[in-house]
Amino acid sequence: MNAILIVLEPQGTSIKRTSLEAITAARGIAGGAPMHGVIINGTSEQINAAGAYGLANVLNVSLASFANGTVAAAIATAATTVGADVVLFGANATGKDIAPRVAVRLGAGLLADCVGLSNDGGRLIATRPVYAGKATVQVTSTTPSGVVTLRPNVFTAKQDQTVSVSVQDLSSVANPPARTSVVNDIIKNDGVMDVAEADMVVSGGRGMKGPEHFNLVEDLAKALGAAVGASRAVVDAGWRPHREQVGQTGKTVSPNLYVACGISGAVQHLAGMSSSKYIVAINKDKDAPIFKIADYGIVGDVFEVLPRLTAMVANVTGR
Amino acid sequence: MNILVCISQVPDTATKIVVGADGKSINPQGVKFILNPYDEFAIEEGLRLREAHGGTVTTLTVGGDSAKEILRTALAMGSDNAVLVKDDVRADSFVVASSIADAARELSPDVIIFGRQSIDFDSFQIPSMVAEMLDLPNVSMVSKLSIDGSNVSCERDIEGGKEIVSVSLPCVLSAQKGLNDPRYPKLPDIMKAKQKPITERAAVAAAPQVEVLGMVLPSQNRLGVVVGDSDADLQEIVRRLHEEAKMI
Repeated sequence: MNAILIVLEPQGTSIKRTSLEAITAARGIAGGAPMHGVIINGTSEQINAAGAYGLANVLNVSLASFANGTVAAAIATAATTVGADVVLFGANATGKDIAPRVAVRLGAGLLADCVGLSNDGGRLIATRPVYAGKATVQVTSTTPSGVVTLRPNVFTAKQDQTVSVSVQDLSSVANPPARTSVVNDIIKNDGVMDVAEADMVVSGGRGMKGPEHFNLVEDLAKALGAAVGASRAVVDAGWRPHREQVGQTGKTVSPNLYVACGISGAVQHLAGMSSSKYIVAINKDKDAPIFKIADYGIVGDVFEVLPRLTAMVANVTGR
Repeated sequence: MNILVCISQVPDTATKIVVGADGKSINPQGVKFILNPYDEFAIEEGLRLREAHGGTVTTLTVGGDSAKEILRTALAMGSDNAVLVKDDVRADSFVVASSIADAARELSPDVIIFGRQSIDFDSFQIPSMVAEMLDLPNVSMVSKLSIDGSNVSCERDIEGGKEIVSVSLPCVLSAQKGLNDPRYPKLPDIMKAKQKPITERAAVAAAPQVEVLGMVLPSQNRLGVVVGDSDADLQEIVRRLHEEAKMI
């Protein structure tokens, strides 16, 4: 391994947690190889946030446009500049979109949505779920360099000895005009935590019996500080918005705690949440498949259980 | 408008996965193969673009002879042409993307539409790869689309919201759920689709860039504690999540 380049995504005055997770993962495989970050139009606050995670060198690229093709060209240039043979992204909407372009530009194999990463005598080996999580494969790139996207929330971001970050500006990246896309606007779901980024998720399924009962799910989510998720059945029924859907045709989540309320656990749902660290399931059918992958299963009526559970949780969290 | 829709054949989600004798891939015996669910949105959007703007819809897949089945589904839904790029191995996403880019150079479509991911390897990589290979703009996870002249306006799902992105034709798009409600093919169209020609072309010679070293079925190391709904049971779970798991 010559050098590792970590793609840092800005968020407010810091960088996204997925980027901090990628730095932590890089430390785990570096084995002495230098680590560099790359950020687009980074502020000093954002760049310094990486220092607490042990990243001492950051390339800051000034771009007039956040077009994916342009950003990919900039990241590939940064990789070449520092001689990186490993490029790490978070596997979020941005990373999944841009990493394949970077891989093509670098002639590098892409290891996508990985949940494990190791350095086997200089060879990068990644573990990734396939077939909706029903199997996992170990993969490696057969090219001299590799591009990796890391599933969010799987690699825990851990601070390291804080280092001061030295910044190198990289402004001579040509914007390839042929593939211009323009981001005109970003519509934020105000005040709503995204299920794919949340530490904890409380999801409701058909067992909630109607959209008017989702306040019970929301109350538990609030007591925990969790995001609200939903099964496909309730999204298709129009009870909840698609952005909350967990599972195939929805989002894949790996929170620390996943609470499934009135969700039977169809394989399509399990595909989206089975890599959660702790799974709690509440269902009145003791044979529901969700109990097979639950750490804690509560056989009972969600309408009876949720208010009491919420009160007990609130008692602990004070929320 | 010359519309190219790229689809793939994948194991049904509900199918049981068994690791094959090579220890690196699944044993296909007894596995039901289906049209990748996201590709239904891609085909539907292609048909709607043709209905709005005229032109032709060509559906393409990379695979073996068995993949003709999904091309017939696309024809039954209303696709004009079908192309099978013959590749029984499909060594990795790069190899498949290379074959698609090669075919697209010849077909020179105005728009190439994919499903956002195929549900076998879930890599999310082929649409962006093809765009990069063809030097085209792309928008992934499109949940709303309108095309006016050569201006393409998309809503794209991102964490915590949506991006409004515009690109020019020609471009590459990947379809997200919510983009449309795919039509079901009608029986007479299914019968007619069986007679329609499928053009075959050779895959390009590209070396794979990713090697699978091994495949295993994950063990779910879950605690598997199942309790009733008494206050004492609930309190114990909250206590364990708080004190032992330190989750709350």
